Amino acid sequence: MKLYCLSGHPTLPCNVLKFKSTTIMLDCGLDMTSTLNFLPLPLVQSPRLSKLPGWVLKDGSTFLDKELKECSGHVFVDSVPEFCLPETELLDLSTVDVILISNYHCMMALPYITEYTGFTGTVYATEPTVQIGRLLMEELVNSIERVPKAQSASMWKNKEVQRLLPAPLKDAVEVSMWRKCYTMPEVNAALSKIQLVGYSQKIELFGAVQVTPLSSGYALGSSNWIIQSHYEKVSYVSGSSLLTTHPQPMDQASLKNSDVLILTGLTQIPTANPDGMVGEFCSNLAMTVRNGGNVLVPCYPSGVIYDLLECLYQYIDSAGLSNVPFYFISPVANSSLEFSQIFAEWLCHNKQTKVYLPEPPFPHAELIQTNKLKHYPSIHGDFSNDFKQPCVVFTGHPSLRFGDVVHFMELWGKSSLNTVIFTEPDFSYLDALAPYQPLAMKCVYCPIDTRLNFIQVSKLLKEVQPLHVVCPEQYTQPPPTQSHRTDLMIDCQPPAMSYRRAEVLTLPYKRRYEKIEIMPDLADSLVPLEIKPGISLATVSAVLHTKDNKHVLQLPPKPPQPPASKKRKRVSDDVPECKSLKPLLSGSIPVDQFVQTLEKHGFSDVKVEDTAKGHIVLLQEAETLIQLEEDSTHIICDNDEPLRVKLRDLVLKFLQKF
Amino acid sequence: MPEIKVTPLGAGQDVGRSCILVSIAGKNVMLDCGMHMGYNDDRRFPDFSYITQNGRLTDFLDCVIISHFHLDHCGALPYFSEMVGYDGPIYMTHPTKAICPILLEDYRKITVDKKGETNFFTSQMIKDCMKKVVAVHLHQTVQVDEELEIKAYYAGHVLGAAMFQIKVGCESVVYTGDYNMTPDRHLGAAWIDKCRPDLLITESTYATTIRDSKRCRERDFLKKVHETVERGGKVLIPVFALGRAQELCILLETFWERMNLKAPIYFSTGLTEKANHYYKLFITWTNQKIRKTFVQRNMFEFKHIKAFDRAFADNPGPMVVFATPGMLHAGQSLQIFRKWAGNEKNMVIMPGYCVQGTVGHKILSGQRKLEMEGRQILEVKMQVEYMSFSAHADAKGIMQLIRQAEPRNVLLVHGEAKKMEFLKQKIEQEFHVSCFMPANGETTTILTNPCIPVDISLGLLKRETAIGPLPDAKKPKLMHGTLLMKDNSFRLVSPEQALKELGLAEHQLRFTCRVHIQDPRKEHETGLRVYNHLKGILKDYSVQHLPDGSITVESILIQATAHSEDQGTKVLLVSWTYQDEELGSYLTSLLKKGLPQSTP
Repeated sequence: MKLYCLSGHPTLPCNVLKFKSTTIMLDCGLDMTSTLNFLPLPLVQSPRLSKLPGWVLKDGSTFLDKELKECSGHVFVDSVPEFCLPETELLDLSTVDVILISNYHCMMALPYITEYTGFTGTVYATEPTVQIGRLLMEELVNSIERVPKAQSASMWKNKEVQRLLPAPLKDAVEVSMWRKCYTMPEVNAALSKIQLVGYSQKIELFGAVQVTPLSSGYALGSSNWIIQSHYEKVSYVSGSSLLTTHPQPMDQASLKNSDVLILTGLTQIPTANPDGMVGEFCSNLAMTVRNGGNVLVPCYPSGVIYDLLECLYQYIDSAGLSNVPFYFISPVANSSLEFSQIFAEWLCHNKQTKVYLPEPPFPHAELIQTNKLKHYPSIHGDFSNDFKQPCVVFTGHPSLRFGDVVHFMELWGKSSLNTVIFTEPDFSYLDALAPYQPLAMKCVYCPIDTRLNFIQVSKLLKEVQPLHVVCPEQYTQPPPTQSHRTDLMIDCQPPAMSYRRAEVLTLPYKRRYEKIEIMPDLADSLVPLEIKPGISLATVSAVLHTKDNKHVLQLPPKPPQPPASKKRKRVSDDVPECKSLKPLLSGSIPVDQFVQTLEKHGFSDVKVEDTAKGHIVLLQEAETLIQLEEDSTHIICDNDEPLRVKLRDLVLKFLQKF
Repeated sequence: MPEIKVTPLGAGQDVGRSCILVSIAGKNVMLDCGMHMGYNDDRRFPDFSYITQNGRLTDFLDCVIISHFHLDHCGALPYFSEMVGYDGPIYMTHPTKAICPILLEDYRKITVDKKGETNFFTSQMIKDCMKKVVAVHLHQTVQVDEELEIKAYYAGHVLGAAMFQIKVGCESVVYTGDYNMTPDRHLGAAWIDKCRPDLLITESTYATTIRDSKRCRERDFLKKVHETVERGGKVLIPVFALGRAQELCILLETFWERMNLKAPIYFSTGLTEKANHYYKLFITWTNQKIRKTFVQRNMFEFKHIKAFDRAFADNPGPMVVFATPGMLHAGQSLQIFRKWAGNEKNMVIMPGYCVQGTVGHKILSGQRKLEMEGRQILEVKMQVEYMSFSAHADAKGIMQLIRQAEPRNVLLVHGEAKKMEFLKQKIEQEFHVSCFMPANGETTTILTNPCIPVDISLGLLKRETAIGPLPDAKKPKLMHGTLLMKDNSFRLVSPEQALKELGLAEHQLRFTCRVHIQDPRKEHETGLRVYNHLKGILKDYSVQHLPDGSITVESILIQATAHSEDQGTKVLLVSWTYQDEELGSYLTSLLKKGLPQSTP
């Protein structure tokens, strides 16, 4: 069993598991933090951005000033943003049989894998994962494609040049592997390879392995996966949550008895309590609006936004915000809000009960009905007519590099009345803000990450007791900025095996058994023998059929009747064709009884001699000698086949066959 | 030999009161718990005393499965669980769980409030009953207990309708509930994988019907409605609140839109809007097209169809009214029917099946004078039309499902005996499987022949698959092993491992045969001749000549020694163990024939 680690990002994993005869890719995460090195893509021509000075090397060379721009001491690439792909060279990705997706954030690299590596397998994911994943991809493609960029910078990627650049560009890894965003046709092609699955559905892979998605409690349709054969069980835990938000609770019980548990996607902000953050979010929002400022919430179009809207639904009236407009701007805003209401089966119990009434599970339906929440595909069109300030705007992308959010940053950045509130934990907010500096607007950091923290992990591991834990190396040491916090790492026995990008782990598990089916007629023919109290045995000689990795034992065919023809046979025709197997023997032969038996069968001249280890039985007339010892019998005779066979069968009567 | 037993308590050679008991590998499962629309007495519910006379149902049943929300499949559930008493799990899909209590409450109201019956289940009982329900997803494997598992498949009959696979070890039963093999305007088609159950229990409502294309029926329906409305008549379409109603609404809505018609369309009872709401929230259970477009246009938001008020029935002029219930056996549809029946301009369209005893069934079988309550005779002058819109599989569909699932046996329920007989013959002819059609209370026993799963040690399996230079990996191989049976665990291991595990020593049985041959040469020369002789014949075996002059064939040892008395005779000692019995025996007989004349 081997694990190929293709991504270094602990919350956006991409691993390949080789298990029995199958090759299974676990998640397909796309590391988008690379985009932080690029300049934002403004929807409307931004004089500020276009006037940024080109970057000049210390020696005064200016050959990079078209590609790199400087803003408040940081250097950015002036080009279409690019993403850091999972490793594609570590193994031949065309050999991947299936891809298992755990949640919609972890499938963003899918088109790169399915469309460019010769992949011919199947992708498995739940319906909400696919639908919302499609929305995220659509939004991404849309926000990049609608701002065409004339130039594409590549000179800076040259290794010799990159060496000269300031951090973090200098240290960026695998820049040659960075790729531009995919297109909608590629997204559609990738998504068409997905097969929908439900929680606790058992999916057979080539008869060798069974995979099952389990609820992971983190997002709509998010799942952990069990990958098992009859004897081995690997649990893949990725992006799980024990908090009660909108998704169905996490299924922990089914993770028990795992031989290996692969643990990824823990909280990125282990020190922040999500509930506290939501409170802070609400109070900062209310304060800004009351002071006549606007609030900008950079966010993804699905996920935490549902919970934030639900909080606001309960909060706005009591906070006196009933007249403040809430805008949700995204090319997929409408779809996201609509889709959230139709996945009742994937929601927590309370929300399910609402659907039984029947009422929409999320209260944002009411916010829309009462015109408190309005959604638009973009800032162009209807929005510009309806736009009223002060207001609250939810829009993407959380990296602040593309999407409608860029416009609002430029629009509101200059006034200290306004506030930008960061809730998504995927990007460092300081890095996200860097190309907008200097900034007068207030910045509040309320990261809401509901994924497991280390206390919950240690409780979980105690509960489900896996034999081995495998996790990204980041989880086996305290965070680099808080090296004294030894509580912020995984603590288990035996210590977790850690992996890093481009590493191959051999997982410690040795298979010893396999399942085989005995056909009923063969079972009927078996003769069990009780060898010890409670233990019986039967010797089985059977034909083994193996098809689709399933093994079946059948009655051996009856030996074919010898042909009736009287042709003279050649000697070699009689050569036994295959080595027909004889059982092993066990037991010992009591000499007295043996002699009695011989006599009963007509041997009258039996003589017994004692030896050091046993006895010798002599049949004088036949010049035959039988050595009896505790664990062996030796029949020495002339070439008298009938006699030998007779003696053989008499001896066998005393022995057990295995 | 293991067996599966099936006893219908309802729906055996009948439609209505679906309730089928299945015993499989020691587990007892009840499939559906319906009421009969044709009866108002004790016969309306299944006879649960069949399950147990004394003792609690919970002890006898491992679980109850409800296939969909129609009352003939779930109508007796509160009576069963709350009044007879059952506390075990009840499984159904999410939409069924959502809609079923509403129909039950509706049913209770009609029975208790309108007909004034007592000793019926109460609203509270419906609530308590629903608390015992566990909702299942499609394709989810639900582990009822350690051995018993169930799995739901899409059935396409109504929103949330499911077929269920019930599985214990290698044995399995599939129960279809009601299903539809052709997608309609709002639902998709039933689907099942090739799960090869020991038994398929299928409905057979339309056992002898092969329906023309859906499009023709739709055109026919629209034409009739249109004509009646044009001549100023009123059209009554008795329906059940959920199911066909939505399909026909979508049909009429698009037709009205296209033809720009003005005659009002009404939908009776307060259920309508609620019902459409369920369709909106459970849109993932509808067909592909509706699911794809729902963000832009939700098919269940109707422009032309408005809520019905009782007073509208007396309005002059044409109108179309959808009214519940669908078989004209009670409620609003029956009231409107009585009002409109006397006018030949009007029309009633029965879009689905009607069970015996209902007014719907009577008028469909041609009766035009009906005796109503209070001995009143109602003369039916309005036109009566029947259009099969109910979403049941027809004969073709049933055969198609059997082909999909490949069952070893088929059992028919939910149909009329005569029609079943016909279908049974057809199934037996075409698929060469046994087909059964038990009546209510009659038990069918099916013998199964499950294979036995055992654990084989990987070492043994690999050894067996590695043996011999087999170019064809698919060719079956003979293997030998020892099956160890201990506390219900079965393990197949190599004989060596079995001995080792049991702490037993191997007993070696060896034979040494003296073969006399005539050969005056020296012993080592005799040895060489023997070697060449054997080498020539045993091409597939490893034959070796050892430095000490002895010869081995595989593990068989042959030594040539001089005869103590006769110089011209040599004695060949052939020695082998019991494991090489065949080869050893063969060699002795071969050598006994002597050596060929050597060529120099």
